[in-house]
Amino acid sequence: MSVGAPSRAQARPSLLRRWGTVFYDVLSRPSGAIGVALVLTHVLMALFSPWLAPFDYKAMDSGLILSGPSPEHWLGTDHLGRDVWTRVMLGGREALLVCGVATPIAVLWGGMVGVWLGLRGGWPDEIVMRAVDAFLALPGILPLMVLVVIFGTGNEVLIPTLAFFFGIPVIRVVRAAAQTVVARDFVLAARARGHPQRQIIRRELLPNVLDVLLVEGAMRLSWMLLTFSSLSFLGFGVSEPTPDWGLMINDARTFMSLAPWGVLGPMIALSSLIIGVNLMADALGKALGIDRAGKAVL
Amino acid sequence: MSDTPIIDIQNLSIGFTGRSGATLPVLRDVSLSIRAGESIGLVGESGSGKSTLALAAMGFLKGGLRKLSGRVCFRGDDMFARSRDELETIRGGRLGLIPQNSGQALTPTMRIGTQLKEALRLHCLSVPTEQHQEVAHNLLAQVRLPDPNVILQRFPHELSGGQQQRVAIAMALAGEPEALLLDEPTTGLDVTTQAHILQLLNDLAAERNMAMLYVSHDLGVIARSCARVAVMYAGQIVLDGPATEVLRTPSHPYPKGLLASIPRLGDRRLPVALEGRPPPPGGDGEGCAYAPRCPLAEVRCSEAPPHPVPDSLGGIVRCFRAADTLHASMDHGRHEPVHHSPDGQPALSLKDISLSYRSLGLIDRMRGVSEPVPTVDDIDLTIARGETLGLVGESGSGKSTILKAIAGLLPPRAGNICVADEINLPPVVEKRTPEQLRRIQMIFQNPDESLNPRQTIAEIIAQPLRLYDRLDGQALHDRSVALLETVRLSAHYMDRLPSQLSGGEKQRVAVARAFAAEPEIVLCDEVTSALDVSVQAAVLDLLNDLKCSQNTTYVFVSHDLAVVRALSDRVAVLYQGRLCEYGPTEHVYGDVSHPYTDILLGAVLEPDPDTAPKLCAEDVVELSPPALGCPFQRRCPRRLGAICDQQVPPWQEGADGHMIRCHIPREELCIDTQAQTAAE
Amino acid sequence: MTELILRRLALGLVTVWMVSVIIFMGIEALPGDACTAFLERDAQGEVLERCREQLGLNQSATQRYLAWATGALQGDLGVSANGNTTIAAEVALRVKNSILLAAGALSVGVPLAIFLGVFTGLWRDKFPDIFFSTGAIFAMTIPEFVAATIITLIFSIWLGLFPAVVLTPADAPPLDFFPEFVPAAIVLTLVMVAHIMRMVRSSVIEVMTSDYIQMAQLKGVPYWQMVFRHALPSALLPAINIVALTIAWLLGGVVVVEVVFNYPGLGRMMIDAISDRDLPVIQAIAILVAATYVGINLLADLLTILLNPRMRTQHLRRK
Repeated sequence: MSVGAPSRAQARPSLLRRWGTVFYDVLSRPSGAIGVALVLTHVLMALFSPWLAPFDYKAMDSGLILSGPSPEHWLGTDHLGRDVWTRVMLGGREALLVCGVATPIAVLWGGMVGVWLGLRGGWPDEIVMRAVDAFLALPGILPLMVLVVIFGTGNEVLIPTLAFFFGIPVIRVVRAAAQTVVARDFVLAARARGHPQRQIIRRELLPNVLDVLLVEGAMRLSWMLLTFSSLSFLGFGVSEPTPDWGLMINDARTFMSLAPWGVLGPMIALSSLIIGVNLMADALGKALGIDRAGKAVL
Repeated sequence: MSDTPIIDIQNLSIGFTGRSGATLPVLRDVSLSIRAGESIGLVGESGSGKSTLALAAMGFLKGGLRKLSGRVCFRGDDMFARSRDELETIRGGRLGLIPQNSGQALTPTMRIGTQLKEALRLHCLSVPTEQHQEVAHNLLAQVRLPDPNVILQRFPHELSGGQQQRVAIAMALAGEPEALLLDEPTTGLDVTTQAHILQLLNDLAAERNMAMLYVSHDLGVIARSCARVAVMYAGQIVLDGPATEVLRTPSHPYPKGLLASIPRLGDRRLPVALEGRPPPPGGDGEGCAYAPRCPLAEVRCSEAPPHPVPDSLGGIVRCFRAADTLHASMDHGRHEPVHHSPDGQPALSLKDISLSYRSLGLIDRMRGVSEPVPTVDDIDLTIARGETLGLVGESGSGKSTILKAIAGLLPPRAGNICVADEINLPPVVEKRTPEQLRRIQMIFQNPDESLNPRQTIAEIIAQPLRLYDRLDGQALHDRSVALLETVRLSAHYMDRLPSQLSGGEKQRVAVARAFAAEPEIVLCDEVTSALDVSVQAAVLDLLNDLKCSQNTTYVFVSHDLAVVRALSDRVAVLYQGRLCEYGPTEHVYGDVSHPYTDILLGAVLEPDPDTAPKLCAEDVVELSPPALGCPFQRRCPRRLGAICDQQVPPWQEGADGHMIRCHIPREELCIDTQAQTAAE
Repeated sequence: MTELILRRLALGLVTVWMVSVIIFMGIEALPGDACTAFLERDAQGEVLERCREQLGLNQSATQRYLAWATGALQGDLGVSANGNTTIAAEVALRVKNSILLAAGALSVGVPLAIFLGVFTGLWRDKFPDIFFSTGAIFAMTIPEFVAATIITLIFSIWLGLFPAVVLTPADAPPLDFFPEFVPAAIVLTLVMVAHIMRMVRSSVIEVMTSDYIQMAQLKGVPYWQMVFRHALPSALLPAINIVALTIAWLLGGVVVVEVVFNYPGLGRMMIDAISDRDLPVIQAIAILVAATYVGINLLADLLTILLNPRMRTQHLRRK
């Protein structure tokens, strides 16, 4: 984050030490360590799975439809005779790509608006917050599905759409955090010295809402992954033959009474990723002294 | 009453497990006993372990703490060995606690009456339930609360701080305690309220023959109430003796230094600061914990810890050099602050300033709601260059509000603010030019709030330098280091974060930041009230030095009249946002003064067992100033009659521009005449 | 007090109005209109004209908004894009079913969640707390369709206790859905309990470490009396808001669960409408759900103000 001005160099040791401590704190909590390990595994798998996967994800073997686990096909094959293990390995790439790009955008735009509103107050705050309330009142997944149906399921549709809708709740959280900072004397002192608003935001507000922003980002990432996989589960996301966990679970459910193992692979993969992100966010929040458990997340 | 102590603490050590796994003691080998009817004061700075000791006396330890050794006996039985049932009977019954902050210690969802009756039901088994309502009523009357029936129906947050404290006392009395533990019972209350509460407690102690343990950082409170005083430092009792000894001629260097660091009402000299800072809680050195700060320390002091020994004045002291301490003088650093004779050049003038936090919204205005009475009104003051103006008054008197207006953070509803050469300052900070902004700087009450926790000291100090002087690179660094040195901090503080500094150091950084702008006027908002006494003196001394070297003008806001006296050339007294009196310090603190000033001065608690405060006015808290007449009419003990309610009193001028705003003729405002009126 | 309630009410109305504007403008901003969307490739010539006629698409946007808004206020949500179904009637049926499902989940979930929250909060960091808190993290984070799949696997496929999907038609009387709707209710209960429990737990922990609880202990108040009389009234206040959010969520958008179990509630209707590109229906459901959300949250806010003495007088005093 480019929070600092040129002469930040002098400041580095203390602040670096702080982030070092935070990182250490996250890892020393069981939840944080497990979370980081799970997320890391998934990221590595997403990066390298094209080279690691034993089969071609599109290759169908009509002789092996819905076969059970075997030494060759560890997780068996699906209804089209494709290797499930291969598809599980590749099935998180789309989700991680889309959410990995959309989450930072969402947190950034939501955070900027939130910080500005927190400092500015007055009528712009009133109006924007009413609009935020209105957006939050909409059933979350509905606008996404409508847009996907009309514009298609490409990443060029999904990323901006997810980034926009997930940025809205961020506005509210960051605005509240910014308001508590604005009320403190050091912001008052900066105003009394006559610093321009830009500098007050950059030097006084941002460094103090950064923690909230980070935790918020981690939480939003987990919700976004959840939404993304729900969309593809419902048939409004990634389309065949691209492997995706949500889609795979939906396909395999149809044959669940015949081949129950088909759902297990993608289910474990998807859940472990989301749980990992969540545990990480939780530990990060605790390390930074921000407890998200007390706040409504729906 | 037998002579066995009610509470007997023997060799108590309490500690916690640190991050490294080592056991860190918070209390070390503490022994203290309290007999029936005895009042003992327990003093110490924050972090000395005094509150932990008070809670341990009830057999209670805060989370993470555990008893390492020793015994705490109540009536002969160890509190830590008792069952939960027994503890529940004793706590709140025979042994009561008055908490520090009653506002937070009363359950917010229960009415006062319900909570009182709960205490009666639990601990007052002799009284039948039908009479509880009546007993509760009587208890509230006993703690001198007006309208007990109304209070019984209230929720805690609907009461003022003083009323909450009285309710807490009533609740403790409900259990008919033999001993009361008071944890900072008056901290956070206004001076007048504080004096009333202490008076009440003293009366109750005498009536009921209760033993009392006062825990406080304020020697004034202790001096007012206790016959015996124990001084804590770094988890140990370093001196335990009669109040006259501890508060006059202590045989331990720590209380001696502490006494020297307190500004006195009757002494115009600046107090002497204690050097250094106390060890962190749990710190356990080889020798005497105070040795690093002690001016009398010898080699042996840092080699082995001193054991408690009796001294010649009837106390028990932990010091190898107790005998020498008695004769050593630690007061020699006390010196007159330099006072400039005002050269008549005005630095700042406030012309008929009127301030209000709330302005009417559009809807209210359309509905024809009338403008609220302004929070601060009719302030007309001129401050000469190089002068220090003290602004005093209780909380809510508008002192800080005036500073905010000068700083441009709260535009006045009416009136002008002018600096030196007759320029009218734009009312809002955004409209002021950099040159105007530079001339006025502000230092805030609490450095934890006024320093950005995410910036290093270098960045904090760089802010004004970059803004006003466009300094950068090496020049910026050099100037920052120079500034730190002027506030007596070395250059290696540059890349620390505020959280790595002590309270006093933080406030010095805030001072450095204000002076970085080379201001003509510095606004000081309660700059020492968040600090420990020993540190406060250092900051006052620093401010005084800077004023001399830079010829700065101060507007110094404080609720502490002794601090104001030490630093100010002139003083203005505010009540409910209106000026009552202003003039040269010695006149305002002198014989002829406004009735309100009299009350404020009379309520000050001096750390001297022989000075008793005078109590004149009701300590009612008023929420808003009256629309008509004298602002002080409702609390004034010398109210004349209708004239006070209807007419704004005239300014009466005395010598050297000493102004008093009162209907009572100046001659009759003399303290002697007052005493006569009181006698009649 | 009445002034405060009126103010909140006005604020809620403004929000609902803004929602309606956002929905209407959002739908306007889409390429084409309700008819081209619904008819897709057939959208030409006479068919398109007739459709536009039926839906009144020949009027200006402002006129249509006003017509729609006034209609919605009177309970008339218009007709669906196929031109013959009255939306209000169909929605009423689905809402009834959604309420049934929600009631099933709430009646078990809320008491259980509050009990578990208080229990884990009081026994913080002890074994039962760690057990339930970890469980809650799982229940909260795994996607609903994963939970639903697991439940189906266990209860329907392995144990054979319930049918895997609901086959009862939407207009059947409530009792006919029993026991078919149980698996769906179980999934919803799990998610809901996890959220509420975590919130209550942290609220209990916060209150139990407050000054007044320490003081109550030092006043000699027995433990359970302290918990019930001193701690819980404050600790459970925030639960009102989260329960409200949960109710709004249950009534408005359990799309995934309803789809998985083929339950004929509002969520299923929503997704069917989206698949059919039936914009009038989507619009109607969106405004209905948003209004419910705002209304329930408003109620919760008012209830909190009424029950919290501190807020009650603060609001009074501000006048």
